[in-house]
Amino acid sequence: MKKGLSILMVAILLMGLLVGCGTQEKVQEAKDETQKIGLVLSTLNNPFFVTLKEGAEAKAKELGYEVVVLDSQDDPSKELSNMEDLITRGVSVILINPTNSDTVGNAIKLANDAKIPVLTLDRGANSGEVVSHIASDNVAGGKMAGEYVVEKLAKKGKVIELEGIPGASATVDRGAGFNEALKGTEIEVVAKQTANFNRTEGLTVMENILQAQPEINAVFAHNDEMALGALKAIEGTNREIMVVGFDATDDAVASVKEGKLAATVAQQPDMIGSLGVETADKVLKGETAEKFIPVDLKLVTE
Amino acid sequence: MNKKLLMKFKSIIGLIVFSLIVSVLSPRFLTVSNILNVLRQTSINSIIAAGMTFVILTGGIDLSVGSTLAFCGAVCAYFISAGMSVFLAVTIALAIGALVGLFSGIIISKGKVQPFIATLVTMTVLRGATLVFTNGKPITLGSDKASEVFSKIGAGYFLGIPIPVYLMVLVFMIAYYVLTQTRIGRYVYALGGNEEASKLSGLNVSKIKLSVYAISGMLAALAGVVITARLSSANPNAGAGYELDAIAAVVLGGTSLAGGAGSILGTIIGALIIGILSNALNLLDVSSYYQMIAKGAVILIAVLADRKEK
Repeated sequence: MKKGLSILMVAILLMGLLVGCGTQEKVQEAKDETQKIGLVLSTLNNPFFVTLKEGAEAKAKELGYEVVVLDSQDDPSKELSNMEDLITRGVSVILINPTNSDTVGNAIKLANDAKIPVLTLDRGANSGEVVSHIASDNVAGGKMAGEYVVEKLAKKGKVIELEGIPGASATVDRGAGFNEALKGTEIEVVAKQTANFNRTEGLTVMENILQAQPEINAVFAHNDEMALGALKAIEGTNREIMVVGFDATDDAVASVKEGKLAATVAQQPDMIGSLGVETADKVLKGETAEKFIPVDLKLVTE
Repeated sequence: MNKKLLMKFKSIIGLIVFSLIVSVLSPRFLTVSNILNVLRQTSINSIIAAGMTFVILTGGIDLSVGSTLAFCGAVCAYFISAGMSVFLAVTIALAIGALVGLFSGIIISKGKVQPFIATLVTMTVLRGATLVFTNGKPITLGSDKASEVFSKIGAGYFLGIPIPVYLMVLVFMIAYYVLTQTRIGRYVYALGGNEEASKLSGLNVSKIKLSVYAISGMLAALAGVVITARLSSANPNAGAGYELDAIAAVVLGGTSLAGGAGSILGTIIGALIIGILSNALNLLDVSSYYQMIAKGAVILIAVLADRKEK
């Protein structure tokens, strides 16, 4: 009993400390009266979104906004409560990168009801009112990767496709673009397996495929994490296989520079973030914004 | 023949039958290179599962292993990229793993918190700590001497056999010895069999609990070191969901979740079944949508078969 009581006391003290810090922050916020931009990200457990966040923060600093960043941890219900929190904190505009295009609708409607403009980043929303959608075109990116493979293999050969999380829009779109580019060539996709956008799984799945397929000319992975895992698996063998990734994360770009990874499609997450803030700025100043703002993709090969 | 032995045989027979089916379906399965490949892939899960066996034998559970793996892997990669010697970095990582386990053990035995909840806490906190520590980005090792040496732990070979396989065998030999030949091992079984009786007969119950969680944490850290070395990179999201694979391996191996009954040899067989399953699904190019269904089905069949036996 005594022990329980003392633990409780310590917990209360700790909470008091945390709340103390929180309120101090709030007082400061009120003082400088900068407008706040809410940024809800599907996850911060992925370098891509971390870079996106950094791009947004840099732009906001330049334009004199404060950014409130919340992480939905890939959980739609966390996303909904994040939206509620932002509305309560009185942000002027919300940038959201949905965990899922279908389930985000209610979260967006909350903001619509509170008359706060919403912009979507990277992933779109299928319902709710969105002022503008800023994203790179994944189908175009997949196609870009496919065309590169077609060119390098001279329209002939066997390729592996490492897919992302089954059913995710990036998986579907990148796969569709890639396969579209292969149409009409003699390139055959001999194995198509998921590695869930994860590097460790990219390694093990590729190790297994290497056992199954005696002849492989190229690998297209739906993201760099899987591509880098696959590369590790191939390094253990003496086989010459070209690997193409997607996202151009720091690790992947370094690997391309070292001549290990053949290419990666650069979405420009920092651009998505900064364009998001720029567009939000326009919206707040009453200017009109385009419904869809595409962010350029580029193929990184050296 | 006593029942325990029969149970052990049963999992081995299951493993053999399962392997035979796969080798008929894919001629590539039973090749030396693929078997080494499966063993290397299984080493991670089985090292974690060895620690999990200790915990489950006492009637507990450890959900924090995946997060511990990620955190210790990141710490190890950080120290090596900062120029520390491989031996020291690995030792620190293992020590942190043991400390994390010790911490869970203290919450469980001193705080009287259920193991499921206590390790859920460590799991969540450590995942967060990993993200803070790595800033959400992978820590990737360069091509300096220490990094090269370190990567051998995961990617190297000795006499044609991958290093992680030796580590796995070593871990299981030690675990087998501890559980069957030492007093601590007998206490672990006794505690899982009947906690009240163990207490009354004068066993230091909380000391045993602290030890099993420390062992589990340290082995999770070892798995983290191996994965990090294999990839030459520590990823903040590494190990997510690994606790479930480890628990599945222990249960497939015939260890009871209620504690007190089971064996470490069963665990290695359980881990092999899971490893072979993933390998086979890839070899056969089964669509990713069906893979999850297949995995669930195999676990269900194995567990049901085990039930009938008892």
